[in-house]
Amino acid sequence: MSPTLFIMQCLNGLQLGVLLFLMAAGLTLVFGIMNFVNLAHGSLYMMGAFIAATVYNYTGSFALAAIAIVPAMLLIGLIVEFVALKTLYDRDHLDQVLATFGLILFFNELARMIWGPSPYYMEVPEWLSGTVNLFGLDYPAYRFLIIVVGLVVALGCYLLIHRTRIGMLIRAGSTHRQMVGALGVNIVLLNSLLFGLGAILAGIAGLMAGPILSVQPGMGEPILILTMVVIVIGGIGSVRGAFLAALIVGVVDTLGRTALPSILRSMMERSTADTAGPALASMLIYLVMAAVLAVRPQGLFPVKHG
Amino acid sequence: MKLNLRTAVPILLLVLLALVPLYATFAQQPFFLTLFGRIVVFAIAAVSLDLILGYGGMVSFGHALYLGLGAYVVGIMSFHGIDNGFLHLGVTLVLCALVGAITGLLSLRTTGIAFIMITLAFAQMFYFLAVSLKQYGGDDGLPVSVGSRFGSVTLDDPVVLYYVAFAVLCLCVWAGRRLVEARFGMVIRGARQNDRRMRALGYPTLRYKLVAYVISAMVCGVSGMLYANLTHFVSPAYMAWTASGELIVMVVLGGLGSFFGPVLGSAAMLLIEEWLKGMTEHWMILFGPLIVVAVLVSRRGLYGLLGDLQVRLSRRTRTVEGKA
Repeated sequence: MSPTLFIMQCLNGLQLGVLLFLMAAGLTLVFGIMNFVNLAHGSLYMMGAFIAATVYNYTGSFALAAIAIVPAMLLIGLIVEFVALKTLYDRDHLDQVLATFGLILFFNELARMIWGPSPYYMEVPEWLSGTVNLFGLDYPAYRFLIIVVGLVVALGCYLLIHRTRIGMLIRAGSTHRQMVGALGVNIVLLNSLLFGLGAILAGIAGLMAGPILSVQPGMGEPILILTMVVIVIGGIGSVRGAFLAALIVGVVDTLGRTALPSILRSMMERSTADTAGPALASMLIYLVMAAVLAVRPQGLFPVKHG
Repeated sequence: MKLNLRTAVPILLLVLLALVPLYATFAQQPFFLTLFGRIVVFAIAAVSLDLILGYGGMVSFGHALYLGLGAYVVGIMSFHGIDNGFLHLGVTLVLCALVGAITGLLSLRTTGIAFIMITLAFAQMFYFLAVSLKQYGGDDGLPVSVGSRFGSVTLDDPVVLYYVAFAVLCLCVWAGRRLVEARFGMVIRGARQNDRRMRALGYPTLRYKLVAYVISAMVCGVSGMLYANLTHFVSPAYMAWTASGELIVMVVLGGLGSFFGPVLGSAAMLLIEEWLKGMTEHWMILFGPLIVVAVLVSRRGLYGLLGDLQVRLSRRTRTVEGKA
């Protein structure tokens, strides 16, 4: 593999990584702080992609799609929170998993009824269809935008949680919920807003992914599973862990898909390599996950308690 | 003798299940046999999941993996012209035990939500492996031309297959009950309640849980074998994560920690599915919320509901007797 291609693939990995982080951040915030397992997070991502694509196709403005996504996702998030979280908050994880599993089936079918079963397309906006020059090589501007947006959101999350009053309440609420409530903080509202924030992050991921992946019912599940791998590797409930693990998974997955087949081809017969390469590449991150777990069951960057 | 719903209903259900092929033959509805064949096959898988989920507290969100493994053993071996059922069974059991032991050992290092996610990820790994097996159909799946043949007994005949599956189900329910009542099962149940205490008492709980996980994987593999024979088809979709989710729904809907519960749950779920499919093409728009409602309303599943009904019934009889 040439150095240019290698850097290119690293950037692509980075881009997948920040997309995964947008998903993982929402999932981690809700899980780490409210202890609620939301499998329907992938459905929020799907709804975000569909809504963004629809707004974009009607108005032709990417900026408008980006603006529309925030209130739309906040609304959907609050509705889901009202239906699921309110009633399932005190239940054990199994019930939460099952109920949100039911929500996934519902959302997939809803998308199929509204937008049809076939992929729905969203073009890359014209002003972003060019390339940008990075260290002397041309990289697609849109993919570069994804990286920038992801990093900005990561920074924003960090500042929100560690540098603001709301973040302080969120952190306090995660460990001493009743105490924070007793101090006169509306913890119920705080949780609703946090869930809404998670939904918005998923929606932004959907918006950004729309033009480079096909927007279709069921698109949320593959990325949800990847996100879970990210969370398990990073350490459950840790935003910092989610960020680093997302980058690791993104880069490993992308490099594996491009490099593994050619590496195997140099080591064994071509026909065997052509079969084993893609199989091994798609399993690679799960192997990484298994290796991490074998050494550190709590993940690479677990939350420090006490 | 007083009527006990929690005994009477399961027995009635088993008798009805045993009579299905007779009805299907007389009414000339072969579809009926296939539908109930699926119910029985999934009931076996659900019972196997209940052993670790209901009694061991291990929420495996990737149990369809073993169903898929069993199905692929039949599919791949038949593809190469091997139709010896004993060989299919042997390979399925060994393969599921191996995969179960390795993934189980890694997964059991964690508990709670991490366990759910890891089992899910492992199932996904094998799902992608199946998708990438291009010579065996890849994404499109693989038709099974010849079924498993056990000497003169061949699973190609739907009625034979049905009764074999039914016998396996009865065996699993019986053996499962024996297992959880035995010392082994007590340790598993103890570990579910308080793992640390069991370890303090000197039980290596990890080893016990792993054995339970492997047993469950092997039984689920057998159900996959039967499923491939039933549908004459094998596909990666058998081990997709939605399939694992549906298995959990069956167990929870029927009632955790009771081996009749999963049987009830499998029957209820597949019948509701069939009914909704008849109503609308977009049946999932109703099915999804139905799962949510089922989770919200029933804490102990259908089997638990029978218990509640029993209590109410006996209370009423008592009042009637009191008045008389």
